[in-house]
Amino acid sequence: MPKPLLEVQALDAYYGDFQALFDVSLSIEEGAITAIIGANGAGKSTLLKCIAGAMPARREAIIFDNQAIGGEPAHRVLARGIALVPEGRRLFPSLTVEENLLIGGQSGRPGPWNLARVYQLFPRLAERAHVLAPALSGGEQQMAAIGRALMSNPRLLLCDEISLGLAPIVIRDIYANLPLLVAEGLSLVVVEQDIVQALRAARQVYCLQKGRVALAGEASALTREKISAAYFGV
Amino acid sequence: MNVRVEHATPSSRVGLALSALTLVALLAAPLWADRQELRLLAEMYAYVALASLWNLLAGYGGLISVGQQAYVGLGAYLLFALSMLAGVHPLLAIPIAGLVAAIVSLPVAALIFRLRGHYFAIGTWVVAEVFRLLASQVSALQGGSGTSLPADIVLSIAPTRQLREFFIYWIALALMVAVVGGIVLLLRSRYGLALTAIRDNELSARSNGVDVARIKYVIYVLCALGTALVGALVFLQKQRISPDTAFSVNDWTAFVIFITVIGGLGRIEGPIIGTILFFVLRQSFADLGAFYLLMLGAVAIGVMLKAPQGLWGLLVERFGWQMFPLERRLVMNGERTLPGSIRAPTN
Amino acid sequence: MEWVNTILQGILLGGLYAMFAAGLALIFGIMQLVNIAHGDLIVLAAYIALLVTEALGLNPLLSLVIVVPVMALLGYLLQRGLLNRTLGNDLLPPLLVTFGLSVIIQNGLLELFTADSRKLQAGAIEVASIQLGGGLAVGILPLIQFVVAVTVIAALQWLFYHTALGRAFRATSDDQAVAQLVGLDNRHIFALAMALSLAVVAIAGVFLAVRANFDPTIGPARLIFGFEAVIMGGLGSMWGTLVGGIILGVAQTVGAKLDPGWNLLAGHLAFLTVLALRPGGLFPKVQQR
Repeated sequence: MPKPLLEVQALDAYYGDFQALFDVSLSIEEGAITAIIGANGAGKSTLLKCIAGAMPARREAIIFDNQAIGGEPAHRVLARGIALVPEGRRLFPSLTVEENLLIGGQSGRPGPWNLARVYQLFPRLAERAHVLAPALSGGEQQMAAIGRALMSNPRLLLCDEISLGLAPIVIRDIYANLPLLVAEGLSLVVVEQDIVQALRAARQVYCLQKGRVALAGEASALTREKISAAYFGV
Repeated sequence: MNVRVEHATPSSRVGLALSALTLVALLAAPLWADRQELRLLAEMYAYVALASLWNLLAGYGGLISVGQQAYVGLGAYLLFALSMLAGVHPLLAIPIAGLVAAIVSLPVAALIFRLRGHYFAIGTWVVAEVFRLLASQVSALQGGSGTSLPADIVLSIAPTRQLREFFIYWIALALMVAVVGGIVLLLRSRYGLALTAIRDNELSARSNGVDVARIKYVIYVLCALGTALVGALVFLQKQRISPDTAFSVNDWTAFVIFITVIGGLGRIEGPIIGTILFFVLRQSFADLGAFYLLMLGAVAIGVMLKAPQGLWGLLVERFGWQMFPLERRLVMNGERTLPGSIRAPTN
Repeated sequence: MEWVNTILQGILLGGLYAMFAAGLALIFGIMQLVNIAHGDLIVLAAYIALLVTEALGLNPLLSLVIVVPVMALLGYLLQRGLLNRTLGNDLLPPLLVTFGLSVIIQNGLLELFTADSRKLQAGAIEVASIQLGGGLAVGILPLIQFVVAVTVIAALQWLFYHTALGRAFRATSDDQAVAQLVGLDNRHIFALAMALSLAVVAIAGVFLAVRANFDPTIGPARLIFGFEAVIMGGLGSMWGTLVGGIILGVAQTVGAKLDPGWNLLAGHLAFLTVLALRPGGLFPKVQQR
C-alpha cells in the first residue's frame, strides 16, 4: 500500500475549554476520495480546520507528504498544497465571482488550474463572472467556492459539507465533477452529514461520533447497520 | 428553598475596613497636613473621581470617550459664569453647574451616539473642541485669554483663607467618596448587572431584554454630571480659568486614561491605584517635561499590551484581593455557590 | 465675487483635508482601526520633510521622493511590530495604544524640535497665482495640492478595484479567517495597508508644511479634520471623503470670512449638522461595524 498523502495522528482539538476531538487518527490516500461522515457536532469541520491550519494542532498530529505541519498558519498550509472549501461557502462578499476565483490563485502555486479551466469546469460561473458573490444562488456559490480552492492548485482538496442547503439535483451535478478532479491527480476529502452522496463517491470512509473515530473502512465493505451504529452511537 | 445574593468576601471585608480607616485619616487631614499637601490630596481626589467616571463609561458602558474634557470645562465655565455673572454663591454654583451640564449632555449624546466605536471616540473629541471654541468666544469671561475669580466671590466661600482651603478640601473628599460610592452602588444594583451584560455581549444583552440604548444614555449623562462637578470644583480651587486649561486634552483625558489603564480597567479599585501611581510618577519625573509625557505614553502602551488588566488586575489574579464588596454569590439554603464577579472582563 | 473667491479657496482647501481623510478611511475600511496618532503622523512627515530639505537643500516638494518611502516603511514596521497586536474584537486596545502613540510622537517632536512654529519654503510657487478673470484668482500651490489630492484618491480607487493587492485588501477586510485560507498572510496585508496609508500621510504632511506654519502640537486638529471629512463623506467611499473634505474646507473659509475667529467653529458645526441630518454621511456605502 502506498504511503498516504496525509496522516492524522492522535489529534486533539479544543474550543476554549471544550474538547471537540479526542485522539483522532486517520490516513488519506493519494489520488482518491475519502469521506468523513458523522452527525452534527461530531467534529468533522473541526478536523478539516485543524488540517487546513485554521485551528491549532500539535505539530506531529498532522503529517502531509511526510512533513509534520500541525499548527502551521493557514496561508502556509495552502502554500504546501492543501486547500479548504469552507463550510457555508464563505465567498468574499465584496468581490465578484471572477475576483473570488482570482484571489484563490494569488498564492501562485504552479499547476493545471487557472481561470479558463475553472470556467470550463463550471460554465455557469463564466456567465456570472462579474456578479458580486452574494447575488449568486446556493449552487453557484458552491461551485465558485470549489473553483476558488482549485485555483490554488492544491494536491489535497478538503470539502466541508458542500451539499449543505443545496437542491438534490445541484448536489448531484457537483458530485459528478469530483471524479474528474481526481482524474487530474487531486486527492479529495469530503465531509458530509448526508451520507448517500459521500458513500457513493468515496473509496475510504471514516465516521466520527462525538469527536472520536467510530468507524473506518472501504465504502463498499460497510453495511447500513454498521454505519448507523457508528453515526448515531446506538 | 432559601436563596439570597451575597456580596462580600473575606478579602473585601478587610478592604472595606482599611478603606474606612483611611477615610477617617483623610477627613482629619487638615489637622496633620500642610497647605501644599491638602492641595495635592484634593487634586488626587479629583483624578480618582474623573478616572472612576471614565472607567464607568468605558470599562463598563463600552463608551470610549476621549472628550470628557468637554464636561470638565463646561462645569468649570458654568461655575465662573454662575458666580460672576449671575451672582450665585460659588458653593451653590457647583451642583447647579453639574445639573446644567447633565442637561447639555442630553442633546450631545443624541448627536454623537449616531457614531460607533472608534468614530464615537473622535466624535466626543470634536464636541470638546466645539465647547472650547465656544468658550473662547464668550467675551463676558474674557474669551481666549481667560479670567480669574474676583476677590469678593472667593471670600464668600469662607471668611479666612485657611477655612476656605479646608472647605474646598472636604468638598473634594466628599465628591470623590460620593462618586466612587455611587458607582459601587450602581454596580451592585440591577443596572450594574445590565451594564456588565452589555460589556460582555451587547447583542446578547439586548435579546435578553436589556434596554441597551437607554442605559448607555443614562450612563453618559451621569458621567457628564459627575465630571462637570469635578471640573467646577477643580477650577474653583484654581480661581482662574481659560479655554485651553479648562478643556485641556492632556490634563483631563490623557492623564485620566493613563490612570485608569495602569490601575486596571473595569475594576472599581483601578482608578484609585492608578491615581496613586500616577502622582508618585509625577512627583518623581515631571520636571523632565516632554520626556516625562513621552514616558507615560510608552508605559500606557506597554501596560495595554502586556497587562491589560492593569496593576490592580494583576494583584487580584495573584492574591485575590478585593477592596469593595462587589462579588455576586448565590447563597442557597445557607450553602455558598461559586462566585461570579461584577468586574468587567478584560479580553 | 469675493464670496466666489472664498468658496473657491474652500474647495481647494478641501483637497488637503481629503488627503488627511484618505489615509484614515483606508485603514478603517480594511481593519476597522482608527489611528488616533494619524494627525501626529502627518506632522511627523512634515518634520521629516524639514530635515530632508535642510540636509539636502531640496525644494520641499521634491523631498516627497524621500519622505514618502520613509513614512511607508515606518507604517509597515509600526503595524507589524505594534498595531497588529492590538487588533481583535475589543475596541479599547487599538484606541488606547494609538492614543499613547500620539502622546509619544507629539512629545518626541517637542523634545527634538521645540515648540517653535516652522514652515517649509517652496519658493516662488507659493505666491504664484492664476487670474481667472472677474477678480477671481487661484493660487498655483493650492491648485496643485487639490489636483494631487484628486489624483491620489483616484489612484487609491484604482488600486482597490483593479489590482491584486486591492483584491487582497478587500478580501481581508471581508473575512480575515477565509483570507488566510486562500493564502493571504493577514499580518502582512495589514502592514501593507498601513504603509499605503502613511504614504498618503507623507504627501499630506509635506503639503501641510509648505502651506502653513506647523509645530508638534497641531496633530490632533488634523486628525479631527480628516475624521470630519470621512464621516461627512460617508464611510466606505473614497470619493465621499473628497466631498466631505470640500464641505469642511468651504465651511471653514466661509466662517473665516464672516469672522476670523470662526473658521474652526464653522467647520465643526457643519460636521455636527451633517451628523444630525445624515448620520451615514452623504455617500454611505457600508454600515459602521
